[in-house]
Amino acid sequence: MNGHFPWLTTLAALPFVGGLCVAAVPAGKRRLAKNVALLFSLLTLAVAVVVATKFDNDGGRFQITESYSWISSFGVRWSLGVDGIGLVLILLTAVLMPLLILASWHDADEAPVGADGSAGAGRPAPRGTHAFFALMLLVEAMVVVSFAATDVFMFYVFFEAMLIPMYFLIGGFGGAQRSYAAVKFLLYNLLGGLVMLAAVVGLYVATANQGIGVDGHGTFDFVKISQAVATGQLDIDPTAEKALFLGFMFAFAIKAPLWPFHTWLPDTMTEATPGVAVLVTAMVDKVGTFAMLRFCLEIFPDASKYFAPVVITLAVIGIIYGALLAVGQTDIKRLIAYTSISHFGFIILGIFVMTSQGQSGATLYMVNHGFSTAALLLIAGFLISRRGSKTIADFGGVQKVAPVLAGTFLVAGLATLSMPGLAPFVSEFLVLVGAFTKYKVAAIFATTGIVLAALYVLVLYQRTMTGPVRPGNEKLRDLVPRELAVVVPLIAFLLVLGVYPKPVLDAVNPAVDHTLSRVEQKDPAPTKPIEQAAGTEAHTTGGSK
Amino acid sequence: MIETSSLASGALLANEGGGGLHSTAASGAFSALWLVVGLPLLGAVLLLVGGKRTNPFGHILATALALGSFVVGVLMFVTMLDKSGPGRSVDQHLWTWAPVNEFQADIGLHLDQLSMVFVLLITGVGSLIHIYSIGYMAHDENRRRFFAYLNLFVAAMLLLVLANNYLLLYVGWEGVGLASYLLIGFWQHKPSAATAAKKAFIMNRVGDFGLAVAIFLMFTTFGTFSFEDVLGGSATASDGTMTAIGLMLLLAACGKSAQFPLQAWLGDAMEGPTPVSALIHAATMVTAGVYLITRSAEIFDASPDAQLAVTIVGAITVLFGAIVGCAKDDIKKALAASTMSQIGYMILAAGLGPIGYAFAIMHLVTHGFFKAGLFLGAGSVMHGMNDEVDMRRYGGLRKYMPITFVTFGLGYLAIIGFPLLSGFFSKDKIIEAAFAKGGTSGWILGAVTLLAAGLTAYYMTRVMLMTFFGKERWKEAPAGAPADWHEPHPHESPVSMTGPMILLAFGSVFAGGLFALNDSFVKWLTPVTGFSHGDLPMSEWAVTGMAIAMVALGTAVAYLQYARREVPSVAPAASPVTVAARRDLYQDAINEGLVMRPGQYLTRLLVWFDNKGVDGFVGGLAAFVGGTSARVRRVQTGFVRTYALSMFGGTLLVVACTLMARMA
Repeated sequence: MNGHFPWLTTLAALPFVGGLCVAAVPAGKRRLAKNVALLFSLLTLAVAVVVATKFDNDGGRFQITESYSWISSFGVRWSLGVDGIGLVLILLTAVLMPLLILASWHDADEAPVGADGSAGAGRPAPRGTHAFFALMLLVEAMVVVSFAATDVFMFYVFFEAMLIPMYFLIGGFGGAQRSYAAVKFLLYNLLGGLVMLAAVVGLYVATANQGIGVDGHGTFDFVKISQAVATGQLDIDPTAEKALFLGFMFAFAIKAPLWPFHTWLPDTMTEATPGVAVLVTAMVDKVGTFAMLRFCLEIFPDASKYFAPVVITLAVIGIIYGALLAVGQTDIKRLIAYTSISHFGFIILGIFVMTSQGQSGATLYMVNHGFSTAALLLIAGFLISRRGSKTIADFGGVQKVAPVLAGTFLVAGLATLSMPGLAPFVSEFLVLVGAFTKYKVAAIFATTGIVLAALYVLVLYQRTMTGPVRPGNEKLRDLVPRELAVVVPLIAFLLVLGVYPKPVLDAVNPAVDHTLSRVEQKDPAPTKPIEQAAGTEAHTTGGSK
Repeated sequence: MIETSSLASGALLANEGGGGLHSTAASGAFSALWLVVGLPLLGAVLLLVGGKRTNPFGHILATALALGSFVVGVLMFVTMLDKSGPGRSVDQHLWTWAPVNEFQADIGLHLDQLSMVFVLLITGVGSLIHIYSIGYMAHDENRRRFFAYLNLFVAAMLLLVLANNYLLLYVGWEGVGLASYLLIGFWQHKPSAATAAKKAFIMNRVGDFGLAVAIFLMFTTFGTFSFEDVLGGSATASDGTMTAIGLMLLLAACGKSAQFPLQAWLGDAMEGPTPVSALIHAATMVTAGVYLITRSAEIFDASPDAQLAVTIVGAITVLFGAIVGCAKDDIKKALAASTMSQIGYMILAAGLGPIGYAFAIMHLVTHGFFKAGLFLGAGSVMHGMNDEVDMRRYGGLRKYMPITFVTFGLGYLAIIGFPLLSGFFSKDKIIEAAFAKGGTSGWILGAVTLLAAGLTAYYMTRVMLMTFFGKERWKEAPAGAPADWHEPHPHESPVSMTGPMILLAFGSVFAGGLFALNDSFVKWLTPVTGFSHGDLPMSEWAVTGMAIAMVALGTAVAYLQYARREVPSVAPAASPVTVAARRDLYQDAINEGLVMRPGQYLTRLLVWFDNKGVDGFVGGLAAFVGGTSARVRRVQTGFVRTYALSMFGGTLLVVACTLMARMA
């Protein structure tokens, strides 16, 4: 059903057009390019808010839908639509982008360091700044399409195409080893993409063979496919289903990233500029976890259930492994990268335990992790830019010279370690409870992550911010207004979603219930449900409401 | 004495007395309940967000809000006195927090006789500590921040005791951990303070792990984690589940209340400013574990195994703390060890079930008065002694700070259990309750509590004598003193500091007697915790007599050692036992050997493994499958070509497959 106005296409087109406009700004006018970028990111945010107001939590599965013929010979359509999960992730993307642009304001002004570490070798490229912000907006457009695509092929195209601007963002701007990091990023993700492509094609063939599409063609229509799977109309041979599941999952596990496919992430996040690193971990990677939840589970429910124990094991390993690795790092950005690996473990755990708390928690976790990582990484970036070093040992006593920077860094760190009152606590607890109802041992191992999280955050804070002021840090400036404009909204979101996450959960819950019904999973009932226990004592115990 | 029911089982007794929390919705004066938490929380937010602008009045505002919370608490108390029976238990639902199907997390408060006691203690003693800090922190450039954290601490603790479900309790629980982290590490420029703060937080998180797992278990068992439902259903669930929940709650209590084996953070926490120590040790934080166990009475009553574990932990800690306290020369660390030991008493009592719950809380309150008084007194001494903490550098101070001497002295008499002072009534009851548990374990626990009473008298008399009596050792320069050393000029503290100390001294003297009068305290709590006399194998007088004898013995030994003989101003060589006690029975060495070092090696190994192993393997695989012969690490160019090639290959694949599909 087509809406009256193509809201989602508009939403995706805005940053795309914005990117073109930025690129078209004359070479000398860097400031204008930045302002145009900021303007378009804000416009995108405004449209995203409009889309959110049009969304009805009690409405159908996919809303604000639109569908146009695209590559008719393969039945590929330009189909967009959002459920609660896609919607909140689009909102996250739209909210973060203006903040990222603001945070990266000066990151692309100078020529990046040479491969030997020499600062600003040569003159900056005449349109380097333009390219940087144009590419950022381009990525945003592709991420939005990925979250909204209801056509499997269309999703695949944007999932893969995202690599191109990301590659140039990582390889063109950032640290001395950026070239290596960019290639590694590209190769890992390309590999995943290739395998997925084979699986996408396989899926198409399967739908064609079983007559799901029109006129003997296959189909890429996600709604149609998942419907057919649910009704048994599409019944893929179990072995083939497992192979196809692995094909999809492989790509998403690299993107997410799931242990042991994670090793591209630390390099990327360390070498990229802080803004780009946030772009990777807060938005692009979320497409991977989002796609596990939507595509793997709904199209391959039996294979998902079959592989769930394996994925859960890898996720729990990732939680603990990422946390331990974070403790052992000597580089601030690398440390934060490993915390993300630990957190992605939680998200994937929540998805594959297949309980409503787990999956709603995982979705909320995607949003919250976006905010907490953005806060932590961007503030760390502000600190690093002042000192020209990202080595933890070079800092010390910063709270004495830059108390606001240190204080906000602590809040971001507390969010990262899931302090109650801040947003990530709710999602982490939901994931753990959801995991515990089905997989007690895995959940208990995962829960040790809360102790390790305290360790890596507080060790980082102690070494950089407390103690006597280390030589070289005496003159560090505190946060400037532009930086505050980035940090304050992030912290506000962390606080608000910490005490009142209900609006997000209300949007997400129906979509999660739908997914669970598709994989035919129900939440385990309590062993001593309180209604029964109260039965013997008459009406003394009320509900928990 | 209260008539006890003839039912033998503790679980049934508890149900008879309290039977979970059947409460009415808060109305009338009770509807202001949220303000108790809200006021100090508002203070913390205003002072932190307001920043430097609030510097001139921040401390006044914070103190006023803490007092405001106390006033609201008193209002609640008066309202509660007016009601009877079930009317004293009220619930206030604030908002729905995180609902996901069965998982209904709410922000809601619950006030009953038990939380009422805590509200009055936290806000009352907390306010006094606020007032005291105005003077104590007068010259600290970050005084505003200090008061913001104090308010946060009080608010978190109030949330902990007022939550109506375990998840919200967990929020307060971790909030307390955060506030203590901020306050212990308040002087962040001192590396030792930053380390101590981190240590406290991480050890607490180990305990929090237990609380989290306990909540998971409650949810899988009952489908809820509200007090009302979980406690109401406890008697029906299996013993194994209840034991598991009980043990996890005990782990949580060990972390927050510094009980064995998670006690090691408490001594280091003395790095914080002294009012913080008073707050942590008297009104907030360490008492949380006792609250948790008492609040979860029905859970522990349903599991004798978990109760036994609680008493064992309490018994070990009561002795551990007392032994360490005997050897410490740092006045704050001696008091800290004493706290550990006294909380051990409370945990032990709580482990006794309905025999001990009320006495655990009673001792908690009297301890709140005298320990706060002692810490504030210690702070006052340090204030007049250039922040010296080594008692070997004190001596004869009673002449110079008479108010401090008298108030500290009354706190001292209270804690050792001098007849008719507060500690006498509350501690004596715990010793009785331990014997009343019956059986061999009753005798063992009784003996442990008696022994600890003697040790308490010994180490506190030692503190008293070394500080206020004897030769004025501070007059001589210490060995190796810096060239600019100058003799301290001990003086009495300003009235903003002595005022709270005087008020607390009143509590130290009279609170116990008041509570014991007519058994009013036990009667007050019985509807929530239940009560049973147990089975005392001897007369109450015999227990009291033995306790007094132990106290006299401990005092006498200390007198012989520290009053009859001159105290050396440098710690003399000592027996291995004393050396071990000075070093906290090697708790840090053990933690380091068992946890820290292996952890560090594991981390280093993994860092190496991640760079070489995983990266190398996956990288090699990627290079292999990706069809490039070069090792990934070395690939620096040619990427665009690779990409183009891949896309081309992919497209070919699509076309080929589609054609095949068509033909099929």
